[in-house]
This record gives sequence, structure tokens and C-alpha cells, in this order.
Amino acid sequence: MALLLQAILNGLMTGALLAVPAVGFSAMFAVLRYPNFAIASYATIGAFAAWVINTKFGAGVALSIALAFIVAAIVGAICEWLAMTPLRPAGALPAAIASIALGVVLENVVRFIFGNDLKAYDLPIVRDIRFGDIRIGPQQAENALIGIGVMLAAFAFLKFTRLGRAMRAVADNADLARLKGIVPAQVELVAVLIGCGLCGVGGVLIGLDTSIDPLTGFRVLLAVFAAAVLGGLGSLPGAVVGAFALGIAEELSLFIVAPTYRSAIGFLVILVMLSVKPRGLMGDRFA
Amino acid sequence: MTSYLFFILTIGGVYALLAQSLNLIWGGAGMVNLGLAGFFAVGAYASAILTKGFGLPIAIGLIASLAAGAVAGFIVTISTARLRDDYLAIVTLGFAETVRLIALNEAWLTRGSDGISGIPGPWRAELGPNFHPFYCVFVFIIVAIVYLLTKRLDDAPYGRTLKAIREDPELAAFAGKKVMRFKIEAFALSAAVAGLAGAIYGHYTSYIAPDLFQPLITIYIFLAVTAGGLGRPIGPVIGAYLVIAFLEGTRFIVELIPGLGPVQVAATREMLIGAALILILRLRPQGLLPEQSRPVPRVGDAA
Repeated sequence: MALLLQAILNGLMTGALLAVPAVGFSAMFAVLRYPNFAIASYATIGAFAAWVINTKFGAGVALSIALAFIVAAIVGAICEWLAMTPLRPAGALPAAIASIALGVVLENVVRFIFGNDLKAYDLPIVRDIRFGDIRIGPQQAENALIGIGVMLAAFAFLKFTRLGRAMRAVADNADLARLKGIVPAQVELVAVLIGCGLCGVGGVLIGLDTSIDPLTGFRVLLAVFAAAVLGGLGSLPGAVVGAFALGIAEELSLFIVAPTYRSAIGFLVILVMLSVKPRGLMGDRFA
Repeated sequence: MTSYLFFILTIGGVYALLAQSLNLIWGGAGMVNLGLAGFFAVGAYASAILTKGFGLPIAIGLIASLAAGAVAGFIVTISTARLRDDYLAIVTLGFAETVRLIALNEAWLTRGSDGISGIPGPWRAELGPNFHPFYCVFVFIIVAIVYLLTKRLDDAPYGRTLKAIREDPELAAFAGKKVMRFKIEAFALSAAVAGLAGAIYGHYTSYIAPDLFQPLITIYIFLAVTAGGLGRPIGPVIGAYLVIAFLEGTRFIVELIPGLGPVQVAATREMLIGAALILILRLRPQGLLPEQSRPVPRVGDAA
């Protein structure tokens, strides 16, 4: 029983980390209408930006995460404008393919600068907190709370600001939004800034727990897609629900299969979900 | 030097097969396969396990690689054939990663990260140094056969149906075409060709390992198909040889840049490859040899 509780708790903490890039991916998908495979590299870039300021300048976790958001958002916006915007009129597939190529380019820019070695953040080592048989790593708990906080901020932005509402309107019905005088290019830019920024934060949160290298983002790409598909592609609450569900499913799978198959769970979830309920748990309601 | 040339031409032929596989569904039915490397691996492992592990003839291995690719293709498409094509893109990417995980972890079958070495090549011992030119010609012949078959398919009503599905699946369905069945069949056929390419690769290099089937191979093949021209059987073949020339060319160009470490050299090459694909998609999406629209057949005389 304690084992099961521990697995669910771990799953929830993993889910909170995954939800951040999953929401970012879904937000971009909803507004730009193509699956952006380059998110893997935005997560990696965020993780490395945070690593630099954390280990070279001694910044704390909060500041590192803020910087990761900003760097990933700016790189994302520049790349989207340079590489993707001219391609998007040709449809979702050319854009999706170009985004993979873009991901490869960015991943190798990181590799060029930092090399292939594993890098770790400079964090104090703290002892696990125990509740009877259940253990919680304070760092993991903190990461999960940061993840939840960042998401709440993102949802508040969508709910309460003019740009956020415009984004929801475009996601819901782009033509209608244009008729209402919403400038699509402006909304798209905001979606890219927020989406890539969240991916950057996700990269840090995932790296804080272990270590980072140029493939950090790529390794969670499948899980992010799985979370988004599980919840319904393009739905932000769906991405959150999907991320938590996937986190728990991954942890529970450890009772059955070897831990190395963890990322295959994402693939299995995608296959089953698309066969049974392709619109996902939450349909395609944006926010 | 000549053996290097034969090596490059043979690998170019393997890429040409993969490019033909991609063109069949992408140019044909407008579906994409981002897990090409996975199907490539499935065929390579199927043939290597049967010929090395069980001592079966290479011909059986090649047939098995076709079958293994087709079955894998069927499994992947069956869940997404009803959906928008970007769902298929996500699923195929996941498939390739899962194949790599299985190859890494099921050591009893695949020998894990050590890979399978000593895969037999046809008459490798008897031919000695002549094996390379022999195999190069062998691959050319396979590429030519696949070319003739896809050309035939392209000209046939079947190919036209696929293109109709690509342009407008709803209209094709309205015209009485079983869109789902066509898509699943075409994808399985395409995956079979990718599987065959894997087997041909393994029997040539005699060694396969999970690390050889990186997603980057998929990028090479997309570059080949977009460069050569989408939707026309000869395009991907030409594109594949262009890509291999480009890949080898970057090797020499990057080495001219002073002061780069080995990791930086590799990273620069991969950057160039990714950038090339983005540029081609942007500047010349129709490729060097664009698809030709066939004139509408005249029916007036018959009426």
C-alpha cells in the first residue's frame, strides 16, 4: 500500500514537471495549428541557460527559472519568425517537418557550445522528508510546486489579460477572432513566447532533479506529446490532466516493466488514446 | 579510395530506398513518417536475427524484413488513419523511439547496446575485395526494382487514388474510395520498403546497433525527398545521392574550419543538415524535379 501511495505521489510530482512544457506545446498547437517538434530543443536551451546563471553566477532556483523562460521565449520567437512563419501557410506538415529540422539545428548549437557531457545544477543536498513509509525529496517537492505555480500564472494570464483572452479567441476560432479585430500575428507571437518559455522552464525543472545534456529536451519530447494527446491536442487544461495521468501511469508501469521502458509508456498511451478517444480526455477546449 | 566510393554509393542506395519509402506515402498520400529510422531498424534487426541467430539464408532475411516493416507499419497507422496527418507524425516519432528502447533493452534478442556483429553478407568470403562493387550493383538493382514498381503504382489508378486522398480525403471518400484502407495499405507498403532498406544495410556493414538508428537518419531522408522532388518516383532516388554527397561534402568542409573539437565538428555537420532541410522547404518546396500533373485523359473520342 505504501508502495502504491509512493508511486502515485512520485507520479504527481513528475506530472507537475511535465505539465509545464505540455501546456506550452498545446498553447502553440492551438494557435499556430502545427505540432512543434522543436520544443525539445527549447527545453534544452532553457535548461542550459539556467545552468549557466546557476553555476557561473550563483543564482538561485527562482532566478534561474525566470532566465530560462526569457531565453527560451526569445530564441523561440526568433526561430519561429525566421524559419516557421514563412512555411506555415503551406500547411501543418511542412511546418512540423521544418520544426524537427529546427530542433536538430538548435540541439547542435547547444552541443557546439557546451559539449556532450552531463552537467548538474549547483544545489544544496537535502535529506528526504519521511511520512511513515513515504518519502519526499524536498527538491522534487519544490520543483513540483514551482511547476504548479508557473502553470497557475499561465492560466491567470489567459483568463485575465486582454492578450490572453485574444489568444483564447484565436484558438477557438481564428476567423471569427480576425473579424473581431484581433491581430493574428500579435497573438501568434504571444503564443510562441509563452509556449517556448514554458518549455524552457520545463527543461530546467526536469534537469534540476538529475542532470542536463544536449538531449535533455529530446528525451521528454514523447512524454510531452503523450500528455498533450492524452488531454486532447490543443487543450491547456487537457495538457495538465494528461501530464498528471501520464506521470502516474509511468510510475505505476515500474511495477510491471523495467524502468528503461519508461518513455515507451508515452508511446503506448498515445496509441491507445488515439484509437479509443482521439479527441482526448478534455476534447479541444483551449482554456 | 575506390572502396570508399563504393561504400558511399551503397549507403546512397540504402538512403534511396528509404527515400522511395517516404515518397510513396508523403508524395503519394500526403502522410508523413517521422519514425523512418524505426522501420529501418525493424527490418535490419529482423533480417540480422534470422540470418545470424538462426542461420537462415539471406534471401529469407530480406523477405522477413519486408514483412516485419509491413506489420509495424500496419500497427502504427491503424490508430491514426482516421485522424489528421499530424497525429501520425507524432505516433511515428514515438514508434522509432520505442523500437530503439526495445533494441537496447531486450538483449536476449538484440544483444542490447553491443549490437549484432558478424551479420552475413552474400558471398562476402568468396568475393573478398570484390564484395563492395558487387553489393553496390546489388543495391542499384533493388533501387531500380523499387523504382519501377513505384513508377507503375504512380501511373496506375491506385497511385491516382492516393494522390486524390492527399489533395482532399473527404472528396476521395465521397467518390467512393475507401480512404482508410488506402492509407493503411500505402503506409504498410512504404514501411516494408524501409524495412528492406534496413536489412540491406545490415548485410552490407555486417554490424547493427541501436545507436545506428538515430532520428537524424529520418532527417536525411526528408532532406533527400524534398531536395529531389516530392511525388515523383525518380525524385527521391536522385535526392538520396545528393544527400549522401552533401553529407560527405560537409565532412570535408567542416574539417577546413580551424580549432574545432570532434564534438563541434559533428555538431556543425548536423546543424548544416538541419538548416539545409529548412532552407529547401522554404525556397524550393517542390524540389529539383517537381511533380508533373498529368493531363486529364480524353474521353470525348469514346463517347
